[in-house]
Amino acid sequence: MSQIQDMKKEYSKMVEELSPKSNLLRDSARAFWVGGLICAIGQLITNIIKSFGYNHDEASMLTTIILVFLGIILTGLDIYDSLGKYAGAGTVVPITGFANSIVSPAIEYKKEGYVFGVGAKMFTIAGPVLVYGTIASVAVGIVHYFFK
Amino acid sequence: MAKYLGRQTIKFDLPPSIVSTASTVGPKEGKGPLSSYFDVVLHDPLWGEDSWEKAESKIVKKTIERVIQKGNLTPEDIDYIFAGDLLNQLTASTFGIRGLSIPFFGLFGACSTMAEAISLGAMAIDGGFANYIVAEASSHFCSSEKQFRFPLELGTQRPLTASWTVTGSGAVVLGKYGPSPYVSYVTSGKIVDLGVKDPMNMGAAMAPAAADTIIAHFEDTGFTPNDYDLIITGDLGSIGKELTLQLLRKNNYDIENIYTDCGIEIFDPVSQDTHAGGSGCGCCAVTLAGYLYKEMKNNKWNRILFVPTGALMSPGSTQQGESIPGIAHAVVIENNWS
Repeated sequence: MSQIQDMKKEYSKMVEELSPKSNLLRDSARAFWVGGLICAIGQLITNIIKSFGYNHDEASMLTTIILVFLGIILTGLDIYDSLGKYAGAGTVVPITGFANSIVSPAIEYKKEGYVFGVGAKMFTIAGPVLVYGTIASVAVGIVHYFFK
Repeated sequence: MAKYLGRQTIKFDLPPSIVSTASTVGPKEGKGPLSSYFDVVLHDPLWGEDSWEKAESKIVKKTIERVIQKGNLTPEDIDYIFAGDLLNQLTASTFGIRGLSIPFFGLFGACSTMAEAISLGAMAIDGGFANYIVAEASSHFCSSEKQFRFPLELGTQRPLTASWTVTGSGAVVLGKYGPSPYVSYVTSGKIVDLGVKDPMNMGAAMAPAAADTIIAHFEDTGFTPNDYDLIITGDLGSIGKELTLQLLRKNNYDIENIYTDCGIEIFDPVSQDTHAGGSGCGCCAVTLAGYLYKEMKNNKWNRILFVPTGALMSPGSTQQGESIPGIAHAVVIENNWS
């Protein structure tokens, strides 16, 4: 038994040595500038909306809606996946990435119908974000209520 | 009757002939280095269908019809089809074959399916149970991504160890009598699992199985690497190929000069951005039906060891933390046999 364990350990070392690693510095730089650009665009949209006399909360909400819309459009036009391949977390973390994670399975599973396809599969990727995001916000809310 | 040689190998008394081959590939494969060897290159990965699964089934159906026709045979002449693919319940094969009215054995060997089909088909023929069989395997990049990974439009990065599923189907007709090349030996693989858990590094998961089967083949038959013009594994890709070479060296077999891999041959990793190489049941099936068969006909090689490899995991087994079981089946194909 221990012989098999040794073989596995030795093999995993061989695999580790031969498997190419991603270029962390390059990938981080790409994520930084693309993610930053998306956020800058968001700020620009907020400022423009505010200049029309909306208050900060209203402007933030409208910005979110516009960015989600842009994420959906770019996904539908087959552009967001190429952006994601280039920028990684830079396109996953902003809210446009959240839109992409919901719309891409919706497109993929449309053939299985609107109920068991689009409806059921739409949240296969975003589902965990929604579940744990909601739980986390409730927890933070409770802490805030008692210790404000 | 066929003879047993050792634990895993059989030798056919009357090696079945590869009567004809046919291959259909997708647009990306059609831009790859082996492009000119394929019979049909699709311009549209949907091929006019409305889902990836239907498209793959159509590829299966048309490729089988073509291989039968190229062998100057009719569907009535074919005793069995041995075929498989990567989709749940062999969706691509069953729906592609359902209209053909030919007895069918559905096989799952992941990317090793083509060798499994040829092995069983050749056994059926040499055992006297069939005169002609079709062996076929298929895969489709888009249907595989959908089932095993992520939606196509999701913005993700593939690690450098990942492979690219080949869109395509390769088929051969094996016949009791016919022209060269012939299927003369078969070494059936055991499941080998050295604990690799990363489904984005399938070459590493399958390399121990490839090495195990190649060693078993040499031990069972007494052949050495010098007896072959070419040894070609299934779809290990660049990392799996290196690992296989290292594992074989540890067992005192050096095959480097005559060794390559279908996953490496089918794409150009730099210009086609395929990372480790091609994979999927279709990868070695189209490489055999196109490149290997045609170059054997040209006598570029006269004796090859064809060793497709399969990673036998499912999305569920990976999520449950299981490692990836690998398998490899070896088939000797030669122009002259004695």
